[in-house]
Amino acid sequence: MSVAVECRDLRKTYDGKVEAVRGLNLQIESGECFGLLGPNGAGKTTTIEILEGLLEPTSGQVTILGHSWQEHPRELREWLGISLQETRLSEKLSVRETIELFASFYREPRSSDQVLDQLQLREKADAWVGKLSGGQRQRLAVATALVGNPRILFLDEPTTGLDPQSRRQLWDIIRGFQQHGGTVLLTTHYMDEAERLCDRLAIVDHGQIIAEGSPADLIARLGGHHVVEFEASGHHNGAAAERWRGLPGVESVRQDDGLVCLTVREPHLTIPALLEAVEEQGSELEHLTTRQASLEDVFVRLTGRHLRED
Amino acid sequence: MSTVQQSPALSRSPLSATGLSNGRWSGFTHLLSARMKELRREPEVVFWVFVFPLLLALGLGIAFRNKPADTTAIAIVNGPGAQRALDLIQHSGRMSSIHVDVIDQAQALKGFRLGKYDLVIEVGPADTLKYVFDPARPESVLSKAEVDDTLQTAAGRRNPLSTSSVISSEPGSRYIDFLIPGLIGMNVMNAAMWGIGFAIVDMRQRKLLKRFVATPMRRSDFLLALASSRLLLMIIEVGLLLGFGVLVFHMRVLGSVLGILLIGAIGALGFAGVGLLTASRAQKIESVSGLINVVMMPMWIFSGVFFSYERFPAIIHPFIKALPLTALNDALRATILEGASLAAQSGRIVVLAVWGGISFALALKLFRWT
Repeated sequence: MSVAVECRDLRKTYDGKVEAVRGLNLQIESGECFGLLGPNGAGKTTTIEILEGLLEPTSGQVTILGHSWQEHPRELREWLGISLQETRLSEKLSVRETIELFASFYREPRSSDQVLDQLQLREKADAWVGKLSGGQRQRLAVATALVGNPRILFLDEPTTGLDPQSRRQLWDIIRGFQQHGGTVLLTTHYMDEAERLCDRLAIVDHGQIIAEGSPADLIARLGGHHVVEFEASGHHNGAAAERWRGLPGVESVRQDDGLVCLTVREPHLTIPALLEAVEEQGSELEHLTTRQASLEDVFVRLTGRHLRED
Repeated sequence: MSTVQQSPALSRSPLSATGLSNGRWSGFTHLLSARMKELRREPEVVFWVFVFPLLLALGLGIAFRNKPADTTAIAIVNGPGAQRALDLIQHSGRMSSIHVDVIDQAQALKGFRLGKYDLVIEVGPADTLKYVFDPARPESVLSKAEVDDTLQTAAGRRNPLSTSSVISSEPGSRYIDFLIPGLIGMNVMNAAMWGIGFAIVDMRQRKLLKRFVATPMRRSDFLLALASSRLLLMIIEVGLLLGFGVLVFHMRVLGSVLGILLIGAIGALGFAGVGLLTASRAQKIESVSGLINVVMMPMWIFSGVFFSYERFPAIIHPFIKALPLTALNDALRATILEGASLAAQSGRIVVLAVWGGISFALALKLFRWT
């Protein structure tokens, strides 16, 4: 498999002060859907805009399909389809006019009708962009990326602010593109989106990649397999945390505002021991749930913060 | 996704050829047609670019036509001698150019302050006249001279010199004839500055510029399309205003329409350059609106849109003539009103070209697409 996108030791410093990207390495294979996952301000957008050739990196190298931006900008633009965060397309043009305008920039575009059908915008073809719903606008943004018949799709937070149904529609479109041989790079701060859509992902924080791998792999490696969350009456102190850590099968303990989260390998061993320990302590269990570990747990484990904390 | 699977055309790989291909000018023509559609669908643009200048021309044309310059309104303060003064004026044969009200003093002075009367006459004992006038108001000075002359003549003064007058109010020398070319020039400037400057910053703020440069779009095509849309609109604007002047005010156009359009085109492109420079860095439409107004303000005042810049002290005339709108207005007036040849306008055309050229070159250096 060939490499679609590669960057080495990417750095971007704004105004000589703010280090948005601090030595980032990335390799995306052709045909892959790769996700950059991280909280707001982690450097995702800066990274993707450097890869898109819209920002000059302070240092580092970018190679897209074996070419660099300095040498072959025009060819690369022909091969990339891009959806930026929050582009406001002209409100007084119709959906079809907008798609045809973008198609006109490419040497060999796809037919606008095909793209209208694929993105389920056929009914809205003659409606002005200003009259579209949020989900329809976002689909139109992706349509302007797909109409150039790209090999690689760059999507910066494609589903932010969309309702669940619109998000699922966009996921289907992205999967469809990938199934036909396209490569996708997307940024998101939605865990479920990354888990469902991405073959591999990189978790970005403070301008660096802090973990990389397939979602299942990351969860298994860093999140534990299961999470047991409970709340017990009585004292919550360091000594208690030590006791929870000593329970069988527990890999890590996190206390979150009275709620105790245990990442465990084998809940059937941990839970009976936990119930016993609570009783011994003379306190009462107020709440107990178990669930599969998620990327959120991975992120919290790695950074001590929640992904969507503001 | 069911529609996708049903359509055989979509089963091909996105990496395969599409069978469609675009020529060199496809991007340009689509950008231009999109721009024209957007403008047509924006009611504000239609109003400010097309309707507003016509309303302005109509309003000013009527205001200045219905008030011939030699009509003056005066008030005579009611009193013992007022009737005699009124009689003298009424029998002077100049009643048509002097409007007289006989009212009490307070009302007369109030009307004078508000500009309703150009002159107030108080008649004292033994026919002594007291004129109340304002030397800073030309119409007041004129009124005093004319009314005094009328009264003295009617009272029996003999003039030592004999005189005769020829009345000249040919089309071509009226205010509306002066105004229409000025309005065309101002409109070309306004439309180019807003149509280029504002439009670009608006697109930058909406991240549409960034989205465009993320495609293989040629940046020169984008700028060319904006400039071309200005030229197309300019032709319509000039046609409308000139046609309006000819039809409504019986204006005489002495120059060739082609020459007028050519000057309009040079003006539109020159101001497009200035507009581009204004918009090269601004990130917000609020800041570019301020900038555009700052750039245009001196030209509204100095460049002879509504009144001749000859009224300003001669020492600043070289500065005024170096302004692009002055060059455009002068060239338009000379061509439209005097039928001057393009060659005779070369100096003014150079002024416009230099402004446009330097602005464009600077704008390309400074311009930010993102």
